[in-house]
Amino acid sequence: MMDTHYNFAFLDERTKKRIRRALLKAVAVPGYQVPFGSREMPFAYGWGTGGVQITASLIGLSDVLKVIDQGADDTTNAVNIRRFFARTTGVTTTEKTREATLIQTRHRIPEMPLTESQILVYQVPMPEPMSRLEPSRRETIKMHALSEYGLMHVRLYEDIAQLGAISRAYDYPVMVNERYLMSPSPIPKFDNPKMHMNPALQLFGAGREKRLYAIPPYTQVRSLDFEDHPFEVQRWDHACALCGASESYLDEMIVDDAGSRLFVCSDSDYCEERRDAGHVGTQQAVTLHDALATPPEAVTPNEQEAA
Amino acid sequence: MSAAPGRPQASSHRSAQHEGTPVIPPVLLSARRAGKAFVHQGQPRWACRGVSFDLYPGEVLAVVGESGSGKSTLLRLLAARLACDEGSVHYDVRAESSEKSGNESTGLVDLAELSEARLRWLARTDWGFVEQHARDGLRMNVSGGANVGERLMALGARHYGHLRSEASSWMQRVELDTGRIDDLPATYSGGMQQRLQIARNLVTHPRLVFMDEPTTGLDVSVQARLLDLLRELVDELQLAAVVVTHDLAVARLLAQRMLVMKDGQVVEQGLTDRVLDDPQHPYTQLLVSSVLTP
Repeated sequence: MMDTHYNFAFLDERTKKRIRRALLKAVAVPGYQVPFGSREMPFAYGWGTGGVQITASLIGLSDVLKVIDQGADDTTNAVNIRRFFARTTGVTTTEKTREATLIQTRHRIPEMPLTESQILVYQVPMPEPMSRLEPSRRETIKMHALSEYGLMHVRLYEDIAQLGAISRAYDYPVMVNERYLMSPSPIPKFDNPKMHMNPALQLFGAGREKRLYAIPPYTQVRSLDFEDHPFEVQRWDHACALCGASESYLDEMIVDDAGSRLFVCSDSDYCEERRDAGHVGTQQAVTLHDALATPPEAVTPNEQEAA
Repeated sequence: MSAAPGRPQASSHRSAQHEGTPVIPPVLLSARRAGKAFVHQGQPRWACRGVSFDLYPGEVLAVVGESGSGKSTLLRLLAARLACDEGSVHYDVRAESSEKSGNESTGLVDLAELSEARLRWLARTDWGFVEQHARDGLRMNVSGGANVGERLMALGARHYGHLRSEASSWMQRVELDTGRIDDLPATYSGGMQQRLQIARNLVTHPRLVFMDEPTTGLDVSVQARLLDLLRELVDELQLAAVVVTHDLAVARLLAQRMLVMKDGQVVEQGLTDRVLDDPQHPYTQLLVSSVLTP
């Protein structure tokens, strides 16, 4: 039930209206960072204040809300935000991706394809993709205005030169609608292809940085790369130990002192749904060779001698 | 400053040349009574004023004078890093689209009339700017190779292998060890940083390079090597250059013509050898006579 001491969804109606106006602009110019008057929320910065403000300004009585944190519905951030909205709005909450109309997420996009009737709200810590490369905010605004994005490729070049491959595994920069360079928030690059031509509306909010931006439905989103070093997503040699999924993003958990790993789906709802449908994984951890111990090359000759 | 007789017209359209006389190429850069004032306690102070000259393709112009004489301000005006408060600077801008046979010029254009986007495009394609302190002109947190490749990537180069081979060929041209291609510029010596900065500027084959005291802060033998290199590159690439220096030897070695500045005014200009061997203005005479000869 809604706590009537607060206005519906905590923020006052004018603030919500102002955020919606900024969102309209963001949708009209895909990937462009729109400044907005970010409010103090009853959360610490870094706990999704940007996403919470967007959700608060959009949520209505008929909405069904799902909150994700690192793919899971039962972690601290997700539980808190879900409870916050349940208390201040009284709307139905769910853990099922397919039932939700409004999904607020931190660090993941659900594995299940989204539909036109859904809105995905991202929590963004650092909206400016070039912030580490160009310290001046004024200069980056100019670079966005003039579409001067050579600098981002300098960063990728440097990765290949120093490490042999583009090492960035999350917050991998994308080009939206072939116009604006955008930070996809710290989602794994595994999720980048899901943003391309997605039927759902995708909204991004950065509370501390006071910026929001959007990818409208069916918009082109391209991950940056080089012709001879094309963009690739992560792949695993293992399937999910619980549901046997081999196509999903896997979390790797060390389960004992010997370094055995348990690979499970990061998207908890996806994993559960597969298990309910009768899919079963190996149900056990995998023993991996410890990379920090003696390298296998050094071991093999001795073993051959012994044999 | 009206002491430049026989100066050609600013217009890019010249009357037909007389038969037999050599064809003078169109002016590349032209300053017309350019000046810049900084407001100090409500009063404008002219850092430089009334500077006029023409620079032709492949020509090197030295600007000499003591510190505080407005040399660097003039250079910033010419490179459109500052806007003129008086007068104007014109440049022979090439057509933007590369499909149009590359060198098609649109005639002299007042830099003040160009959009910021166009000026930034000019600055990273057709111009180079070599800073006095290499650290100001380099990106210190990425490797030497990335520094050389930056302009190419800004112009849309998206092939790592090509970028890398281009970077190493330019490093060779400026006599840098290509084995250092992945090292950060901070690990380079001062002379190497300066050469890296030059390579980074020349990679897009600019027609005009601005240099602000390129050899200051380097020891004498490194200076000599750098000057040698600059002379070769200017000659080989048919670069036009404006070199600001307080070192008359640099002017003598590199430049065909020179401007002498004092208190923001050009007091004398002419062919380098003429100015240095037969200085007319008392200040130039003082400058020339104060050079130490071991």
